[in-house]
Amino acid sequence: MSDVVEKTLTALPSLLSLDSQPGAAKLSSTSKLGNLIRGITELTSKHEEEKLIQRELASIKEQVSSPNTSMRQMKELMVRAIYCESLGYEASFSYIHAIKLAQQGAGLEKRVGYLAVSLFLNENHELLLLLVNTVLKDLQSTNLIEVCMALTVVSQMFPKDMIPAILPLVEEKLNHPKEIIRRKAVLALYKFYLIAPNQVQHIHNKFRKALCDKDPGVMTASLHIYLQMIQENPEGYKDLTASFVTILKQVVGGKLPIDFNYHSVPAPWLQIQLLRILSFLGKNDQSVSELMYEVLDESLQRAEMNHNITYAILYECVRCIYTIHPKSELLEKAAQCIGNFVLSPKINLKYLGLKALTYVVQQDPKLALQHQMTIIECLDHPDLIIKRETLELLFRITNAQNVMVIVEKMLEFLRVSTDDYTTIDLVGKVAELAEKYPSEYRQEKGRFSIFYNEWFIETMNTVFSVGGDMMQPDIPNSFLKLLSEGFDCVEDDRKLRLFAVDSYISLLHGEPGKLPQRFLQVISWVLGEYSHLREELEPASVLRLLEKLLDMKQTSSETKNWVLMAMTKLCVGGASVSVAQQVSETYISSMDTVLRQRAQELQHFGQDSEVRTRVLPRDTDLEPLEVDSSLSFLDGFVSEALAAGAAPYKPPHQRQEELAQAKALSLEPYGLSLPISMSSCSIADRQSPTPLSMSSGLSGDSTDLSHKGGSTTLKLDGVKRVWGREGYLVQRESVEETAQVEVPSPLRSPSQQAEANGSHSQTPTQTPTPEPEQEKQQLAASLFFGLSSQSSVCLMGKSGPTSHRFRRKAKGQGSISGATEQTSSSLVSSPSTVDNLLCDNLLDSNIPSELSVSSSKQTSELCHGLTTANGACDIETKLNDSDIKGSDPSLSEDSGLVAADSEDMNPHEDPERPKDLCLSSHLPAELSGLCHSEISPLCSIQSLDLSACHVQKDDSLVLVIFIQNSSDSAIRQIPLDLDSDELEVSRVSDSPVEDVRSHDVAVYQYSLTVKRPSVHVEVVGTVSCPVGTPQTVRFSYKLPLTTFIRPLTLSTEEYGTMWLAFSHDTKQNLTLISDDPEPLTATLSVLKRKLQLHVVEIIGMEGILACRLLRDRPCLMHCRVHAGALAVWLRSPVPDLPDCLIYHCQRALQED
Amino acid sequence: MIKAILIFNNHGKPRLIRFYQYFAEDMQQQIIRETFHLVSKRDDNVCNFLEGGSLIGGSDYKLIYRHYATLYFVFCVDSSESELGILDLIQVFVETLDKCFENVCELDLIFHMDKVHYILQEVVMGGMVLETNMNEIVAQVEVQNRMEKSEGGLSAAPARAVSAVKNMNLPDMPRNINIGDINIKVPSLSPF
Repeated sequence: MSDVVEKTLTALPSLLSLDSQPGAAKLSSTSKLGNLIRGITELTSKHEEEKLIQRELASIKEQVSSPNTSMRQMKELMVRAIYCESLGYEASFSYIHAIKLAQQGAGLEKRVGYLAVSLFLNENHELLLLLVNTVLKDLQSTNLIEVCMALTVVSQMFPKDMIPAILPLVEEKLNHPKEIIRRKAVLALYKFYLIAPNQVQHIHNKFRKALCDKDPGVMTASLHIYLQMIQENPEGYKDLTASFVTILKQVVGGKLPIDFNYHSVPAPWLQIQLLRILSFLGKNDQSVSELMYEVLDESLQRAEMNHNITYAILYECVRCIYTIHPKSELLEKAAQCIGNFVLSPKINLKYLGLKALTYVVQQDPKLALQHQMTIIECLDHPDLIIKRETLELLFRITNAQNVMVIVEKMLEFLRVSTDDYTTIDLVGKVAELAEKYPSEYRQEKGRFSIFYNEWFIETMNTVFSVGGDMMQPDIPNSFLKLLSEGFDCVEDDRKLRLFAVDSYISLLHGEPGKLPQRFLQVISWVLGEYSHLREELEPASVLRLLEKLLDMKQTSSETKNWVLMAMTKLCVGGASVSVAQQVSETYISSMDTVLRQRAQELQHFGQDSEVRTRVLPRDTDLEPLEVDSSLSFLDGFVSEALAAGAAPYKPPHQRQEELAQAKALSLEPYGLSLPISMSSCSIADRQSPTPLSMSSGLSGDSTDLSHKGGSTTLKLDGVKRVWGREGYLVQRESVEETAQVEVPSPLRSPSQQAEANGSHSQTPTQTPTPEPEQEKQQLAASLFFGLSSQSSVCLMGKSGPTSHRFRRKAKGQGSISGATEQTSSSLVSSPSTVDNLLCDNLLDSNIPSELSVSSSKQTSELCHGLTTANGACDIETKLNDSDIKGSDPSLSEDSGLVAADSEDMNPHEDPERPKDLCLSSHLPAELSGLCHSEISPLCSIQSLDLSACHVQKDDSLVLVIFIQNSSDSAIRQIPLDLDSDELEVSRVSDSPVEDVRSHDVAVYQYSLTVKRPSVHVEVVGTVSCPVGTPQTVRFSYKLPLTTFIRPLTLSTEEYGTMWLAFSHDTKQNLTLISDDPEPLTATLSVLKRKLQLHVVEIIGMEGILACRLLRDRPCLMHCRVHAGALAVWLRSPVPDLPDCLIYHCQRALQED
Repeated sequence: MIKAILIFNNHGKPRLIRFYQYFAEDMQQQIIRETFHLVSKRDDNVCNFLEGGSLIGGSDYKLIYRHYATLYFVFCVDSSESELGILDLIQVFVETLDKCFENVCELDLIFHMDKVHYILQEVVMGGMVLETNMNEIVAQVEVQNRMEKSEGGLSAAPARAVSAVKNMNLPDMPRNINIGDINIKVPSLSPF
C-alpha cells in the first residue's frame, strides 16, 4: 500500500511550487524539513524511504553532536528528528539533545525541546532524570509560557520517584493569579494522583479549594480529580454532593459567562463531568440521590434536541437516573429519552440508545419490550458495530424461552464477522448461553429434550468451528465437563452423548481438514469416550476415521495426542487392534516424547485388553479423584532404596544451597555428613508401617507442600482414577456399570431418533412467512418471549455469575441417604452423631440399633464399676462439669429414644452419665480443656469396647477413640484401622501406642482433615481382637461437615479480591428470621453462632461472611435480603464445599 | 482519560501521533496500523464509535473517530469519557486547526507537525481535556506564536507584559462561531 501512497505523493513537488496554496506558502523553500518531506514524496518504495531516512538521521546525528550548532539550528534539527520518529524510525541519539534544548534554549527553542522530550521519552526512561532540574527551574520562572511548558511536560510524563522534588512548586501554582496556570497545575496534580496517589494525599483540601475557584475553568479541571477519587471511594465524598448539585444547577441555569457556551449549550463538557460524578455519588444511596432529583429533572428539560452535544448531556442524564436510587417520574422521562435515542435516524444516537438500553434492561426488562421492533431492525443494520451492540443487548435479556433464537442470531453474526476480538467475545457468550439453559429447558419442556440435545450439540459445533483456536480454552473444557457429568437424567445424558457421537462421525466423514485443532481434540475425546454407545458403529471404523486425522498435515502434535488417547480407549476387537498397531508403529519412533508415550500405551493396551479395561474403564461414575499427593504408596519402595544405601531426597532449593556451600573450601577433614542423615532416615521408615500415614515423612525431605495449603490440589475432574494409595487401583464396579449402560436395546434408539427428527421440524422459527413485516414480528415474539411475564425473567446481569452454568447433581443429598441406609443396615452399632458446635447440641436424627444399646449398656455398667473403683474420676467430673452440662440434654433425649425403642430394657440414665464422665476423664490433657462432642459407643468386640468423640481445635479436628478392656488380662497391640472416603485420617504422632491393661482404657487420637467436602463425612474403621478367636468388627463414625468449619477473619478488601478468584459457587434463597426487628443481623448471628462463620461486614441489606474449611480452604458467603428471603451466594475454590455449606445453613436456620 | 490521539490520512500515513500512555515504539506503529485497518474499512454512513481493538486494551476502550476529506482523526479513550463529548471535542480541535492555519489541509499537518502538537497541547493535557473553548485555545496558541515572531524577544520580557498582550487580545475574540461541519479543503489534486 505504501507504494500507492508514494506514487500519489509524487504530485507533491509540483504542488509545493504553487505559492498560492496557503498551507504551503508558509514553508520556506529552503527549509530542510521541507526538503526532507519533498525527498520522501519522490520515492517509490519503502526500501528507498528507509535508506533516505537513515541518511537523514546520520546527518542529523552529525550536526547535533557538533559543538558549533546553535540552539536555533538545534531546534530545526529536533523537528526533523521528530518527523523521522513519527514515521517509525528510531532516533535515540537525539534524546539527550532534546533534553539539552529544553534546558538551554530560550522561548521557542525550549518549546521544541520540551515537545521532543515528551514525544521521545516515557515515564520510565532513565534520561528523564536529567530533565528534573530544568523543570524545577522553569516552574520558578517569571515567564508564564515557560511555567506552562513545564506543567505540560510534567503532566505528560514525569518520573514517579521525582515527584516529591517538584510537588511543592506545583502546589504553589494552585494559588497563581493566572487561571491558565492554576488549571494546568490542577491537571498536573491529577496526573501525580494517578501515578502515585499516596504522594498527593496531603493536599486534598487544596483540591477542594480548586473546586471552589472563582474561575470556572479551574473548577472544571478539578472535576477530573474528583471524578477519579469518587469512583474509587464514593463514601468519602458524600458531603460534596450538595456542592456538585449547586454547580450543575448554576451551569444548567446559564449562570456561566457566555464564553463557556458551545453551540449555545452552557459548558456541556462540564455538565457531563458533573453528571458522571453525581451518578457515582448517588449509587445505592437514597438520601444522596434525593438531593439530585430536581437538577436531573431540570437537565432533562433544558436539553433541547438540537445538537450532538445536547444528546451527550441527555445520555449522561439517563445513565445517572438509572444508576442512582430510582425515582419513578424521572425513570419515565429517562425511558422516553432512551426511546428518542433508539428511534433516532442518526446512527451515533442509535448506538448510544442501544447502549443505554443494554444498561437499563438489567433493571427494567420491559423497556426492551417497548422497542422490540427497533431492536429487530438494528439486528439487520448494515453497521456491524450496531449489530454487535444489539446482540449484547439480547444477551442480557436471554431467558430459557428465547435462548435458541438469540443464539441463532449470534451465530449468524459470527459467520460474517472478521474481527478477532468480536469473534472471541461472542463465541464465549454463545457457549455460555448454550450451556446455561439446558437444565432449565429440560425442566420446562421435558419432551423437547431430544430436540434440545440436537440444538446444543449443533450450536457447540458451530462455536468450535467458528471460534477455532482463538477462543478461550475454558469453552471446550466446560463443554466436555458438561458432557461427562451430565444432567440429572441418565437417559437424557446418554442421548446427548449419542447425538454428539453421531454428529462428529458425520463431520469426520466430511472434510475434517477444515476443522480447527481445538474442535478435533473435542471430537477425538468424545469419540474415544462415548462412541461405544452407538452399537452398530464398529470401533475399527472409528479408528480409521481418527487415523485420517493423524495423517493430515495441519494436525498439531497436541491434537495427535488427543487422537492417540482416543484410539487407546477404542481398540477393542481384531480389526481395530491391527489399525492401532499400525498407528502405534508409526509414532513409536516419533521425536515428540509425549507422542511416543501415547504410542507405547496404544500398543500395549491394544495387545492386552485386560489391562486396558482396568486402566481405562468405561462409564465409571465420575467420582472425584482421590489423589494421594504424598505418594505414600511409594513408601515401601523409598525405604528399600534408602536401606540399600540411596541418598535421601532433597528438594531443589536445598540441593542448590548445598552446592553453593560445597563450593567453599571445607576446612573440616572427613565430615560426618552422610552417614548421620542416612541412619536417621532408616530409623524413621521402620517405624511408620501404618497404612494411614498421610504425609510420608519417609521420603526424608522437608517439603510437605501439597498438604499445607489445600488450594494447591490438582484439579483432575473427569480423569479416571487409576492410581491410589495402594498403587494401581482395580476398578471393581466398572464391569457392572458397563454392562448396565450397554443394555439399552437397539430398537429403542432409532425410534427416539425419529422422535428427535419429528420435534425438530416443529421448531417455531423454521416456519417461513411471506411478508417480511410479519416475519419480523414473529422474530420479535420469539426474542422477547418471557420478558413480559415477570416471573420467568432471567436476566444476565453484568455482575452475574459466569461459572454458574450447570446445575450439579445434588451429591450432598445422595450421600446422606446412602449413609443412613448404611447405618441402619450395618450390624455394628452406629454412633449417635451430634452436631456439637460451641456446645450447642443439635440432635441428629438417628436410631440406634438394639445392638448398640446393649453394647452401651455393657460399657456403661463397666464404667460404673470403674468409677466406684477409681476415685480420680470424681475430680475429673468437677473439672469437666461445664462440658457435661452442655451435652446433658441430648444425652437424656438419646436414652429416651433407646427406651422407646426397646421397651423390655431398663433405662440406663444413671450409669450412662458416669460412663461419659469417666471416659472423658481419659481425654488427653491437651484436649480436655477443649469442647468435645458426646462420647458415643462405636462397637464392642469380645472384651473390648470402643467409643469415640471428636474435639474441635482451632486448626484441626481430633478424633479420639477409647478402647476399654473389660477382661482380666492385658491385651497387646490391638490392630485398629481407620479410613474414609471424604477425610484424610492420620494418627496423631504423640498419642501412645500402648497395651490395654486389664480394666483400663487406651486412647487413640487421629487428626482429620477434609479431602472432599460432603454434607456429612464418615470414618470407617475395623478393629480385631488379637485374643481368642480372630474376629474383625467394622464400625463407623459420622460427623457433620460443620465440625470442620472455622471462622475466617479477613477485611472487606481481602474478601473482594478473594471473591473474584474463586470458581465454585452456588446460590440459594434461605428463610429469614422474620420475628426480629433486624432480620438480616439476626439471621447472620444465628449462622455465626451455629456454623462458626465470621461476619465480615453488614452494609444495609447485604452482608458478607467468611469461613474456612480445615485447613485453610476458604469459603465466602454473600447474603442479600430480597423479597423476604435471604439470597445467599457462596463461593469457594473447593468444589462441593458451597453446596454442603448451604445445606447446613439451611438446617441451622430451620432449627432456630 | 484519553489514551492516544492519532491522525492519519486515507492511506494510513501517520500525520500526528500522540500517546498518553506508554507503548513501546514498535507497539505504537502496530496500533497505528491496526487502528487504520479498523477505521478505513468503515463507510461514512456508519457510527463513529468502534469497540474492541485488541491492542489498546480490550472492552474498556473505544475508538472515537471522525473522517474529514483525506484525514482520519482518531481518539482512543477509556470508559470514563463521554462518546459524544469526545466526538465534539474532535470537532473543536479541527475547527481550531482550521482557524490557526486558515483553511487547514493535510499539508499543514505535514509541514507544521510541531505547531499541531502545540495546539493539541492546549486542548488535551496529559490525557485530560484541558480546554474546549476554541477562542481560548486560539488565544493561547497565539500568545506563543507572538513569541516566535519577535524572535524570542518577548520571551525574555517580564510575565506581566506577556499576560498583558494576551489580555489585550482576548476580549476582541468573536463569540459563538458556528462553523458547522467543516471539511478540510485540499488542493484539487489527487488525494493525499
